[in-house]
Amino acid sequence: MADSNVKVLGTWASPFVMRVRIALHLKSVGYEYVEENLLEAKSELLLKSNPVHKKVPVLIHGDKPVCESLIIVQYIDEVWTSAPSILPSDPYDRAESRFWAAYVNDKFFPALRRVLISTEEARKVAMAEILEGVVLLEEAFKKLSKGKAFFGGDNLGYVDLAVGSLLAWIKVIEKFTETEALSEAKTPSLAAWADCFSSHAAVKDVFPDVDKLVDFGMKLRAKFSKAATAAAATTTN
Amino acid sequence: MAAVKLLGVWVSPYNCRVICALKLKGIAYEYIEEDLLNKSPLLLQYNPVHKKIPVLVHDGRPICESAVILRYVDETWPQNPLSPTDPYERAVALFWIKFADDTTSSIAMIYLTTGEEQEKAAKECLEMLETIEEHGLIEGKKFFGGDEINMVDIAFCSVAHWLGVIEEVTGLKPFEPHKLPKLKSWILNFKSVPVIKESLPDIETMLAFFKGRREMVLASKSS
Repeated sequence: MADSNVKVLGTWASPFVMRVRIALHLKSVGYEYVEENLLEAKSELLLKSNPVHKKVPVLIHGDKPVCESLIIVQYIDEVWTSAPSILPSDPYDRAESRFWAAYVNDKFFPALRRVLISTEEARKVAMAEILEGVVLLEEAFKKLSKGKAFFGGDNLGYVDLAVGSLLAWIKVIEKFTETEALSEAKTPSLAAWADCFSSHAAVKDVFPDVDKLVDFGMKLRAKFSKAATAAAATTTN
Repeated sequence: MAAVKLLGVWVSPYNCRVICALKLKGIAYEYIEEDLLNKSPLLLQYNPVHKKIPVLVHDGRPICESAVILRYVDETWPQNPLSPTDPYERAVALFWIKFADDTTSSIAMIYLTTGEEQEKAAKECLEMLETIEEHGLIEGKKFFGGDEINMVDIAFCSVAHWLGVIEEVTGLKPFEPHKLPKLKSWILNFKSVPVIKESLPDIETMLAFFKGRREMVLASKSS
């Protein structure tokens, strides 16, 4: 049942925004999507809805703003209680899901970002972290999926959204570094899962075009290296 | 064998969060002090990914990451609920718990850095405290949880107890209580709760510990 009065403020390239949209699709909740142009100027609505961080995604339900992608996903799961649930029902399983989502946010994503924007030395270190990370995620997948197609079992779950939203960006850094992160040889379960995830009905319309994302990634990289060079020029030892 | 075990380090605010939650709910637990320079096989077994404390072990199964542990404790033992029941209020609470994680890291940066880096760390910490004052604390509300403390209050234990110690040890004082009156009141209220008083580590012992740590930081920077 579509719920009116739901807005999502986001950008097409953001994996965090993608998580929110997938969650709403899974719950069959209709929403208005507002594309923010973060490189130009942030909208009044964004600044008002997320005054602390001024970031996307923001979910606005009625007049109430919810910020931080994983928090928004949990909110969606709790408000729209139609099946399927995104988080498991057992407290220990929930804790495991939250643990892996936190790992993705706190360790894996920052390493991805460093691969994209760092200079060569730091990039190598970051890429090594990514290669270790996918091995961890492969093990996590085998444990959580219990032989089914997704981390969440038969349906997309919290960890699927947390990890899956990064797949396009993983492809970007694979192209950039000319290194395979996910492969049938090294991470067979994740490689199979990645196909299932990206072709899922709730995902495919918001999965970004990888070539477009590569272009965007290179722009981001240029922007950050300019800033880093400028900062280095103004600091003294 | 105790059904609930906590692997921790006495001086960690993340560890303190878990102790506060367990005590508030009246949950009996066995505490195991870890030596982070010599991590136990148990810790490495229970938290192979991060090898960090705190780790809660319940009926032999480990739960890692303090924010995840807080929610697990609250969902498993329903007495003295530590989070709002309304989904929106809960989303707001989770937002501030994440903010508390960032604030706790920024407080640590003040004693871990020197020179310009340290000035930057102090400035960032102050900005976070100002954000808490402006957006997190509501006039007239005693705690983040309302009349009773909840997991948001617990998550901010670093602000209530660690910040003052770090300020004393480094001589940098980003927090000026008269400028942030709501935060000043919250700290007093929080530290007056009997269970919290019992759970916070002793100040003198903390001062000695952080003085030693600070000397190590300064020594490593000057070589």
